[in-house]
Amino acid sequence: MAAPVVSCRKYLVQFAHEHLDFRIPELLAVADIFGTTVTIPEAYDKENPYLVVDLPSDEIVKKIASRTILVKSFYQLWAQGHSYDELFHQLRELPHALMAPYLNKNNTFRVIHDSFNKQLVHREKVALIEKLIGESGIEFPGNISLKSPDYSFHLLEYYKRDIPTSSPELPDRVYFGRWITDGHRDVIKQFDLKNRKVIGNTSMDAALALIMANMGHVTTNKIVYDPFVGTGSLLVASAHYGSYVMGTEIDWKLLHGRGRSSRAKQKWRTRDENIHNNLCQYHLGDLYLDVMVADASRHMMWHQIEMFDAIITDPPYGIREPTKKVGTKKEDVEIPEELKSGHIPSKVTYDLSQILLDLLNFAAKFLVLGGRLVYWLPVYREDYVEDNIPLHPCLKLIGNSEQILKSTVSRRLITMKKVQDYEEKLHLAELPNNHYKDASFREKYFRPHEKGPRNSKPSRFKNNYVKAVEAHVRSHDVTCEDANEHRSDVQERRESSSNSCYKDMAYGGWSPGKA
Amino acid sequence: MKLITHNMLSSNIIKGVKNGYPLGIQATDVQVNEVDFNPDFVARIIPKLQWPILCQAAESIGHLGDLPKELISDFESNEEFLKKAHHILMEIEVKEGNLVCPETGRKFPISNGILNMLLNEDEV
Repeated sequence: MAAPVVSCRKYLVQFAHEHLDFRIPELLAVADIFGTTVTIPEAYDKENPYLVVDLPSDEIVKKIASRTILVKSFYQLWAQGHSYDELFHQLRELPHALMAPYLNKNNTFRVIHDSFNKQLVHREKVALIEKLIGESGIEFPGNISLKSPDYSFHLLEYYKRDIPTSSPELPDRVYFGRWITDGHRDVIKQFDLKNRKVIGNTSMDAALALIMANMGHVTTNKIVYDPFVGTGSLLVASAHYGSYVMGTEIDWKLLHGRGRSSRAKQKWRTRDENIHNNLCQYHLGDLYLDVMVADASRHMMWHQIEMFDAIITDPPYGIREPTKKVGTKKEDVEIPEELKSGHIPSKVTYDLSQILLDLLNFAAKFLVLGGRLVYWLPVYREDYVEDNIPLHPCLKLIGNSEQILKSTVSRRLITMKKVQDYEEKLHLAELPNNHYKDASFREKYFRPHEKGPRNSKPSRFKNNYVKAVEAHVRSHDVTCEDANEHRSDVQERRESSSNSCYKDMAYGGWSPGKA
Repeated sequence: MKLITHNMLSSNIIKGVKNGYPLGIQATDVQVNEVDFNPDFVARIIPKLQWPILCQAAESIGHLGDLPKELISDFESNEEFLKKAHHILMEIEVKEGNLVCPETGRKFPISNGILNMLLNEDEV
């Protein structure tokens, strides 16, 4: 009788150390795309980039890795422990059947050591690998090939840092496993905004745009729509995963390649700066459906409901892009017939909370059942509570990850799934607690920081800088908003320079390898 | 603007307009661009569209060809049919012209292939 088939195997995920809050939601979303569930242990430590999970097979692991932006590598886990003794003990107990396929003399191999939170010199690494080979009882019969081995084995260490500047003597965790595949991170460089044909003031960073597409379950032959399309950076990421894309934008000039460019050293946009060309740059032009100049608050322009598989968007926050919709404060305006052609409609402020409620109502109506809405919710961190997330009876909240923009402000990536059919007038979005009730996000964003910098008193240079800016504000007739902008600029500089002072101080006394 | 997009849009955003579907097409420049044929996508999208409206729109700009005006029952497996549908949906592009509201005659201009659905402030 054949040996029983192992239905689940232990795998080790090595995350990249960025966007920590997004790593698990992305992994879960991508696993879900391939019909697998991943159970995250309750004791999951965000700071540890290694995570042990159960997955059905190497094939599924490779599929998941083909999409994940925040996973560096996947390994088949052979052993783990809080100490090397524990690790070696587990390795000695390991069933031979698990190792045998990868340990035979016709295959070349290598053993790599990697550590997180501590830099080991080459000599130390070699000593650890030799110790592993000596004490674990594993015999590697094949030849060593450091460049292109058939199998690559990794000894991975995680050092837990209680003090941010120094690493402990011994690792908190050690892992040993066989490398299976790397994640999809090389694509981040390919989509780097530096080389993008068209960018705007708020084009989405390539990695985050790809993560959003993963959160939105974007796959081949779907339709993805972005109601605040801008320069189409979210459409580019969605098209990369095979979806057909569509978008609307209220700014006529942006879609037609007119007006001032957002690039340094380029004054005006050129006429060929449009979203279609942005997609063509990556050979994704065939997935372009259309973009239109339209007002996202006007849902009635869409005739067909349940058209979109995902709505992935970055609404304007009112900081670098204004929150506007067509309208006027005047009563009974009438535009004379002769001026109608080419008239640019006047716009009024479109409250961010209203934008979000409209977005949810739109998503509930126009998403297919099971479709996903992915968007950013900008928040003032001190005031944020979970009730600030708008709700809709047809949409289920399944993801909420924070990206910190500065110490006081962050934005949260909200993912919702349509779980119920929409009924007109019966189902409306609601906001349990409006985050922007007392002050708009813009006002909160530019509000002077009451507490002042955390570390030390500002240096003489920084004081002079603050004085110079304040003098500038007084001497020039700048608006209140500009002054606030200056103030927050000063604040940011204060913080970043105090941080760098901190780093310098930590570094000043001791520098590794140069003693 | 592609005909797949035209099929999804209405002018019901205009004050007082109840039945703004389908929009009329006035095209002054129509281009045919080659787009990769993807039978799975076309087969998936056809049930979501108003087929008679699509044929009507294609006919109004002189590009219907020999596409049957009635949706055939086995369209999902009929590659020849899907190819024709793909051509109408994805490859025909109105570069310059207008979409016209059937009730009020309000024109929504298309320039450089990009439709402008913005209303003026006196229409909202």
